[in-house]
Amino acid sequence: MSREKILAAVKKNQFTHAPLPDLEILSTLTATGDDLVQQYTSVASAGGSFVYEVKDLEAIKTILHKEFKPGVKIISGIQELGEYTYAGNVLEESSHSFADAELTILQSNLGVAENGALWLTESQMNIRVLPFISQHLAVVISKDALVPTMAQAYAQIGNADYSYGAFISGPSKTADIEQSLVIGAHGPRSLSVFILV
Amino acid sequence: MSNVATKSHSELASVFNQDEPRVDWHDETLWWVRQKRDIQAHKLPEWELLRETASQIKNNVLSNLSEYLEQFEANAISNGIIVHWAANAEEHNKIVHRLLQERGINRMVKSKSMLTEECHLNEYLKEQGIDVIDSDLGERIVQLAGEPPSHIVLPCIHKKKEEIGDIFHEHLGSAKGESDPKILTETARQHLREVFLTRRAALTGVNFAIAETGEFVICTNEGNADMGAHLAEIHIASMGIEKIIPERKHLGVFLRLLTRSATGQPITTYSSHFKKPQQGTEIHIVIVDNGRSIQLGREDFRNSLKCIRCGACMNTCPVYRKSGGHSYHTAVAGPIGSILAPNLDMKKYADLPFASTLCGSCSNVCPVKIDIHDQLYKWRQVIVKEGYSPKAKTMAMKAMAFTLSSPALYRSGGKVGRLVFKYAPFAVNNRLNPWYKHREMPKAPEESFGEWYSKRKEEKK
Repeated sequence: MSREKILAAVKKNQFTHAPLPDLEILSTLTATGDDLVQQYTSVASAGGSFVYEVKDLEAIKTILHKEFKPGVKIISGIQELGEYTYAGNVLEESSHSFADAELTILQSNLGVAENGALWLTESQMNIRVLPFISQHLAVVISKDALVPTMAQAYAQIGNADYSYGAFISGPSKTADIEQSLVIGAHGPRSLSVFILV
Repeated sequence: MSNVATKSHSELASVFNQDEPRVDWHDETLWWVRQKRDIQAHKLPEWELLRETASQIKNNVLSNLSEYLEQFEANAISNGIIVHWAANAEEHNKIVHRLLQERGINRMVKSKSMLTEECHLNEYLKEQGIDVIDSDLGERIVQLAGEPPSHIVLPCIHKKKEEIGDIFHEHLGSAKGESDPKILTETARQHLREVFLTRRAALTGVNFAIAETGEFVICTNEGNADMGAHLAEIHIASMGIEKIIPERKHLGVFLRLLTRSATGQPITTYSSHFKKPQQGTEIHIVIVDNGRSIQLGREDFRNSLKCIRCGACMNTCPVYRKSGGHSYHTAVAGPIGSILAPNLDMKKYADLPFASTLCGSCSNVCPVKIDIHDQLYKWRQVIVKEGYSPKAKTMAMKAMAFTLSSPALYRSGGKVGRLVFKYAPFAVNNRLNPWYKHREMPKAPEESFGEWYSKRKEEKK
């Protein structure tokens, strides 16, 4: 069987044990006292995201009312937002049925200032395909949920038992044609990040 | 495949070099990507520490690979993922085909996987009557053009937008003469959305596989891997045995390095962690060796297995930038490809380690500190020793060794050379002399150093 053959060949050819390096220094290098909201906003904006600092959910609704026409399909993973279809109520629908979703709003509890990435697990997405298939994506995060770098991000994730999770750092994009940046490849054409301050 | 005579890197490069404006554009564009990488790297004071740490983690992986592979397999299985093992490309392709056949599937969507390029999966499945559509925009473009990717991160970097416009007009019905990247990308979006929504099977590559948790991570900017995988009944992920990393927290090192090195972004748009299948769907992982365990046993070359496929060595390489990815006639082009390919077929890829100036820029930008240019130099020695060096080079080297071993022959040879330069420069300044290409031959001195020295001694007496 190939499994045994491969493992035996690898075992025979792997060399003397080399120890794992210490990651401690890397996670303590970046000062956490910096203004992470400002750093997050500048990096995420450069990556094509729209970043808003808001006081409460009402402020988010006011912005969304301006950006999206009434009547379009909006799915929300945040029950308190009220007026939109709550994702938790449509879990039984097929993933394909969200192909006409105009906007999906999700909650993240971990954002990374150095690269604008937001961590979302399947339980926050409700349906895995939602943050990808929707024409637009909005993510709500508290300013206290921001960490400086990926080192602190993985320290926070620890050994959490998610079934699927993704760091999302902006709208879907490509530069495959002559290196010209185009926003809106296959996934959302925009990412709005609402930071609750 | 090695019995098919392929053209050498220099022959293929001279084809690419016929269009000089394109070569200049290619050169400048990749250098611009290299500069974007520099800007990102210089922003992090800990950049060098990150590189060193990543390199050490990979050292640890390569020294314990069999244990990590078993650990990864056990954890993946307990997460509900089905694991397959393939000793070579043929076995990999057969496993993928069987999985599709068993489910009565004859159409599949695929996101970027250089491993499947290495295995020639698309061609194999086509012969079996299975339609495969590549969903990464650059890969879709080269697929429609009937070409392989020319760069592992930027698959169609060798193409101009007007050519892409023509391809889209022919295959996807865009307006004739349309070459605006925005409009062409929108055309591809509409076309591929329909594909994502109608394919029951999706195949993806793997960027990192975590032994500790049995999960694997895929990085894209477009979101094509996720669109395919989340809408399919069966997700097949193909990975080389070297994709393993020990623990989840190590992603905090590699994800900081990968995209900064690749495209000069701080991270890709999507870094997706697949741990368990979605309800009602299946995830299969195919773990592929295909020569990697042999490379692991080659002490001088095993470090090449640390590669995380960022492409930084290509963007910085003066030879790659000016010769184009296709001249390497292998799935992974550029400096890293030139040390990986000879392991698979030393004869077929004997030319690749010579397609380098050994300037060392590749080693300097490598995020996992692979000693790429040292390995290129070492491969040259192995290839010559094994008798696979290019014929003309072997003859020239033999003639040189013979001349240098006889002082009399060396002296008279030098004399003849100087006379030729003086009285018959056309004998060397012509197209038949490969050294003359893009070079003016130097003016020959009147006498050799030896002649000058003994004359001087005579005069002093």
